[in-house]
Amino acid sequence: MSAATQAKLWYAQRISAMVLALCVVVHIVTILYAVRGGLTAAEILGRTRGNAAFAAFYVLFVLSAAIHAPIGLARIAEEWLQWRGRLMNVVLSVFAAALVFTGLSAVWGLYGG
Amino acid sequence: MMLNIETLKVSIWRGGADGQFVSYDVPRLDSQTVLDVVTYVQRSIDPGLSYRFSCRVGMCGSCAMTVNGIARWTCRTHVSKVSVNDALELAPLSNLPIIKDLATDMSTFFDKWAGAKGQFRGERTRHEDFANVLPSSAARKAADAGIECIGCGVCYASCDTVTWRPDYLGPAALNRAWTLVNDERDVVGRERLRAVAGDAGCHACHTHTTCSERCPKGIAPTLGISGLKRVTARAAVRGELD
Repeated sequence: MSAATQAKLWYAQRISAMVLALCVVVHIVTILYAVRGGLTAAEILGRTRGNAAFAAFYVLFVLSAAIHAPIGLARIAEEWLQWRGRLMNVVLSVFAAALVFTGLSAVWGLYGG
Repeated sequence: MMLNIETLKVSIWRGGADGQFVSYDVPRLDSQTVLDVVTYVQRSIDPGLSYRFSCRVGMCGSCAMTVNGIARWTCRTHVSKVSVNDALELAPLSNLPIIKDLATDMSTFFDKWAGAKGQFRGERTRHEDFANVLPSSAARKAADAGIECIGCGVCYASCDTVTWRPDYLGPAALNRAWTLVNDERDVVGRERLRAVAGDAGCHACHTHTTCSERCPKGIAPTLGISGLKRVTARAAVRGELD
């Protein structure tokens, strides 16, 4: 992997960190607000089904996490396990794809399913 | 009259990487520096002790050692400031191969300066006029902030990222690169950004700031490294590093 690509990945991780910081705050504040009067599955689905703003927000959240986490795990693998190279890139790409798939499935489950 | 001579218990690393600490008793004196202690051991107890020093006044950067677990310049470090229960433990700098006793092989450290394109390259000749660099400009101030590095290796020995990733250029080389990135007379900026970008370069830094905390000259390499991260990442996105 070229130094230019590594620099771009670093940038992607930093930008996704900024997005995640905002998303996590909105996510937690929403939860605190939503559970004030107790919480049931029906209540949650009542708020999320067909709510495009909810879906857009969590799609952004999922994509940011899918960008941010694998790049961070690559650093840990390189520095603590001395694990580098093509295989690591493949494994972490699969991990990123799994995050996107499971995350978007969850969003779809709450929005449309 | 009875003389009350205090004694300092000094434990010094002897041998190579598989060596061990050896204890010495050294008379405690007023205003004694750690380098004074090492010099006493070599001149009065064991002439076979190897260590490096030159200027003794904090200019040359050659006397850095690990003092009670922390990398320091020993010529400007008073024993009173660092001894614990009248004891000192002196080891060679970390992250560098030990040659013998307190002397490390600093080749890698300086090779990395070259690897980070730490040499100035201008385009004017002696026949042209001096460049006028405005002292108040932001770039000149940024260069000034890192220019007083004496190459002692304290930051490099203190850096966890260097320990984890031995190919990482390290704080001193990157600090040097940052001063040159901000030197408006320099003409190899693009090459330098290419040299310092990526996982063995500035982007490996985790901002632990140990380098900035321990630099005896009060330089903050972390600040320069974060500047390099910003500039190189933007250049990479624009395709300038390909």
